[in-house]
Amino acid sequence: MALSTRSPRRTASRQPALPSTSVRALLLKIVLLAIIDAISIFAAFMLVLQDNWVVAIVVLVVTALVNWVYFSRRLLPAKYLTPGLIFLAVFQVFVLLYTCYVGFTNYGTGHNGTKEQAVSSLLASSLQRVEDSPTYPVTVVDRLGELGLLVTDPETGDAFVGTNDEPLSRVSGATLEGGKAVAAPGWTSLTFQDVIARTDEITSLAVPYSSDPNDGALRTPDGSNAYRYLSTLEFDAQAGTMTNTQTGVVYTDRGTGAFVADDGAELRPGWQITVGFDNFVRAFTEQSIRGPLIYVTIWTFVFAIGSVALCFGLGLLLAITFQNARMRGVKYYRLLLILPYAFPAFLSILVWKGMMNESFGFLNQVIFGGAAIPWLTDPTLAKASALLVNVWLGFPYMFLICTGALQAIPDELTEAATMDGAKGWQVFRQIKLPLLLSTTAPVLIASFAFNFNNFNLVYLLNNGGPRDTTTSLPVGHTDLLISMVYKVAFTGQNRDYGLASAFSIIIFLIVAIIAVVSFSRTKALEEIQR
Amino acid sequence: MKVTKKGALSLGAIAVASAFVLSGCQASSDDGGDKQASGSLTVWVDAERVDALQGAADAYTEKTGVEVDLVAKDNATIKDDFIQQVPTGEGPDIVMGAHDWLGELTTNGVVAPLELGDSAGDYLDVAIQAATYDGTVYMLPYAVENIAVLRNADLVPEAATSFDDMIAKGTAAGLAQPFVVEQGAEGNPYHLYPFQTAFGAPVFGTDDSGSYDAGDLQLGSEGGYEFAAWLASQGKTGTGVFNTDIDGAIAKQAFLDGTAAFWLTGPWNVGAAVDAGINVAIDPIPSPTAEAAQPFAGVKGFFLSAESKNKVAATDFLVNYLGSEDVQLELFQAGNILPALSAAADTAASDPIIAGFQAVGGDAVPMPAIPAMGSVWQYWGVSEAAIINGEDPKATWDKLVADVSAAIG
Repeated sequence: MALSTRSPRRTASRQPALPSTSVRALLLKIVLLAIIDAISIFAAFMLVLQDNWVVAIVVLVVTALVNWVYFSRRLLPAKYLTPGLIFLAVFQVFVLLYTCYVGFTNYGTGHNGTKEQAVSSLLASSLQRVEDSPTYPVTVVDRLGELGLLVTDPETGDAFVGTNDEPLSRVSGATLEGGKAVAAPGWTSLTFQDVIARTDEITSLAVPYSSDPNDGALRTPDGSNAYRYLSTLEFDAQAGTMTNTQTGVVYTDRGTGAFVADDGAELRPGWQITVGFDNFVRAFTEQSIRGPLIYVTIWTFVFAIGSVALCFGLGLLLAITFQNARMRGVKYYRLLLILPYAFPAFLSILVWKGMMNESFGFLNQVIFGGAAIPWLTDPTLAKASALLVNVWLGFPYMFLICTGALQAIPDELTEAATMDGAKGWQVFRQIKLPLLLSTTAPVLIASFAFNFNNFNLVYLLNNGGPRDTTTSLPVGHTDLLISMVYKVAFTGQNRDYGLASAFSIIIFLIVAIIAVVSFSRTKALEEIQR
Repeated sequence: MKVTKKGALSLGAIAVASAFVLSGCQASSDDGGDKQASGSLTVWVDAERVDALQGAADAYTEKTGVEVDLVAKDNATIKDDFIQQVPTGEGPDIVMGAHDWLGELTTNGVVAPLELGDSAGDYLDVAIQAATYDGTVYMLPYAVENIAVLRNADLVPEAATSFDDMIAKGTAAGLAQPFVVEQGAEGNPYHLYPFQTAFGAPVFGTDDSGSYDAGDLQLGSEGGYEFAAWLASQGKTGTGVFNTDIDGAIAKQAFLDGTAAFWLTGPWNVGAAVDAGINVAIDPIPSPTAEAAQPFAGVKGFFLSAESKNKVAATDFLVNYLGSEDVQLELFQAGNILPALSAAADTAASDPIIAGFQAVGGDAVPMPAIPAMGSVWQYWGVSEAAIINGEDPKATWDKLVADVSAAIG
C-alpha cells in the first residue's frame, strides 16, 4: 500500500532513496517468507515420509494461509494477528484439546501404547529360557530369501540347520571355523551387515528345536548366539485371546484395555482405549478420590481468596499509610517493601522453607527461642504457613498497584466529600474504595486465577505436605488442585494421565466460570460509576 | 517497470526457496539411505556419562559400521520420556536407567528382554538378581550402588561394632548428635531399611527363583513390630537419634562441620566429604541386633526398547561392548560407583572407599522393582516419620501394614 501511494511522487522527483527502502522491505519480506515456506515444505516432506498425512496437510494449509495474508494488499489486521494466532493454536488450543482427549482415555501406567504393542511386548516377555539349556553358536543363513539358523551343538560340534517352519535337522558338509559352523551347502551365510539390515526378520525367527513343541525354539538376539526358549503365552489373533500354555488360563479382551482372565486377573501391559466419562465419574464417585478432591478444592478456594484478600488488604493499608504527607523517609520504606517482590520467588520460598524447619529453622530457634512449633508439619499450621509465605511474596505488588490507583483519584473528590461532612472512614469507604476497586478489579481477578494455580509455592515450600495418609492418592493437606493433578499424573509408580487430565478439565472449568462471572460483574461496577 | 521489478524479485525468491527445499530433500534422502545400509543406534544417556561411553560407541561404529548416537538426557526426566516416547516410535533403542524402574517399564511394555547368555555369570550376583524381573533379564547392569556409614576417622578412630557402640563412641568423642541420617517430613525408608532388615523384616519375601513375591508381605512380621518399637525408642520421645527435621542438606552439613562423626549415606556424598578435608572411612552399617543390617542395592544399567528397529545390533552392542571390563571401568571413573562386572569391580576396589562400599554391598539386597513396591513407598515413609515423632509404634505399624495390604489388593 505504501508503495502504491508513493509511487507517483517517486517517478516525478526521481529520488532513489524512497523506492530503495520499499524494495528492500519487500525483499526482506520475500526472503523471510521464503525461509518459512522452505522450512514448512521440508517439514511436510518429512511428515509425509513418516506417513503423517494429517499433520503434513495442516502444515501446508497454514503455510499457504500465511503466504496469502502477507502477500495480500489488504488484510492489515491479519498481518499483525497471524503469528500470535498460530502460537495460540499450537501452545494453547492444541494442548487444551489434547488434554480433553486424554481425559477421556485410560492413558497411564499399564495403558501406555497400542494393542499391537501390548501383544508383542507380552509375547516377547513370555519367552522363558529352557532350564540348563546351553548357548548355541549360530550363523544366520539364507536360502532363496528364507532365513534359517545354522546351529552348532556346543557339546558334539555337529551342525544343524532349521527355519521358522522346519525343525533343526543335521547338515553334512558344513564349513567349520574354530568349532563353529559358518557355512552350509545350499545356504548363503549372512554377514553382520546383512544381519542388521534384516533385523526385523531375525527377531521374528524362531527355529523349532525338534518336532515336539515342548522342546522350545531357538532364537538369536544378537545374530551370533542362539538360546532355546519356551513361550508361556499364546496369542489367538482370531479370537483375540491370550492363553497361558502352562496353566491353561485364557485371558480375553473385554474392552477394558487389557487381557483379563475369568477370575479378574489382568495381564500387564494393557493398551490405551477411550473410556468416555469414566474418569470424571471416578473423580466424583470413588470415595478415596472424591474425599481428597473435595477438601483440596475447598482449600484451593480458601488459599486463592485468602491470598488475594490478605495481599490486597496489606498492600492497600501500606499504600494509604505512605500517602500520608506527615510520613517521613517514605522513599526508604518503599524500597524496603518492594524487596520481597524484587527477590526471585523461588529463592524466597526455599529460604522460608528452611526458616520454618521445626528443629533447626530460624523462626523456632531464634525468634521463638527454641520452641518446637510445627510450622510445616501440622495440617492446620502448614496451611497458615503457606498463606503467610504467599502474602510475603504477593503484597508488594498489590502495594504498587494501590499506590498508583490512589494517586489517580483526584484530591478534589476527597475535599468535596469532607466539605459535605464526611469523616475519614466514610471518605475512604464510600469514595476512595469503590474507585480503587473499579481500577484494580481486573488485577484482583488475575491474581485470584494465578493463586488458584500457584503450583510453585505449594511444591517448593512443603510439596503439599503434611501427607494425608487416609487416602490412596499421594495428596497432602496443603495441596492445591493443580499440585494434586501433578502428583496424580507424574509421581509414584502408578501414573494416571487420564484421571489427571479429567482433573485439569475440572480446574479449567472452575477458573473459567469464576473469571467470566467476575469480569461481567466488574463491567456492572463500571457502569454504575458512569 | 515497478511491476517487472517485483515480478523478478518474486521469481528470484521462488528460485531461492525451491533451492532450499531441493537441497533439504537431497540431504535427507542421503541420510535415510545411509542409515538403512548400516543401521544406527540411538542411546539415551545420563548427561554425566556421555564421555565415558563415547569410546565404546566409536569402537563399535568402527568395527561394525553401525552408527551409535549418544543423546545426553536429564536424569530426572529420562524414565518418563522413555515410557511416553517408545509407543510413538520416537524413543531410543537403548536407555540408561536404574533397576527399580523395571516394574514400571515392564507394566508399560516398553522394554524388551535382554539375553546375557553365558556372560550373566561374569556379573555380581546382586546385579543379575536386580536385572531380572519375573524370571526374565531385562537390563545390562553397569554399576551397583548401596549406602554405608561414613565415619570421620579423626573424631572416632575405630569402627563401631553395633548401633549402640556407635552412639557410645560418638558421645565419648564429645558429640551431641554423633550419628546423622537423612530423613524429612515424609521420612526416608530407603535410609532406614538396613535397621529394619536387622530385625528380620524385609518388605517382601522371595520366591524360589529369588524374585520378590508381592503376595508375601513381610512388613507385618514380628520383626516389623520389633523394628517399629526400636524406632520409637530412638525417636523424638526416646534418644532422639532419628529426627525427621534432619533432611539431606542438614545431615551433610553436620558431618562436614564435624558435629556428627557417623553419616549413613551413599557414594554420591563421599566426594563432598573428602573435598571438605574430612578423613573419611567407610564402615559396615552398625546393626541394632545380632543380625546384619542389609541396605538396599540400587543397580544401574541399560535397557533395550521394545520398539527398537535394531534389536540385533542393540543387543550385540550392549552385551558384547558395554559389558566389557574396559567400558565398565570407564563408567566407574565417570560416576565413582562400584562396577557391576565382577572383574571390573575387583579392579575398582583398589580404592579403599570403593572397597568399603563393596564390603557393605555384600550384604545388600536389591530394591524390589515390583509394582506393589509403589504402594509400599506411598505409606512406608510417612508411617516411619510418625513413629519417629512419637506416635504409638504398634498402632502406626498396624495401619501401615493394613494400608499397604489394601493397596496391593
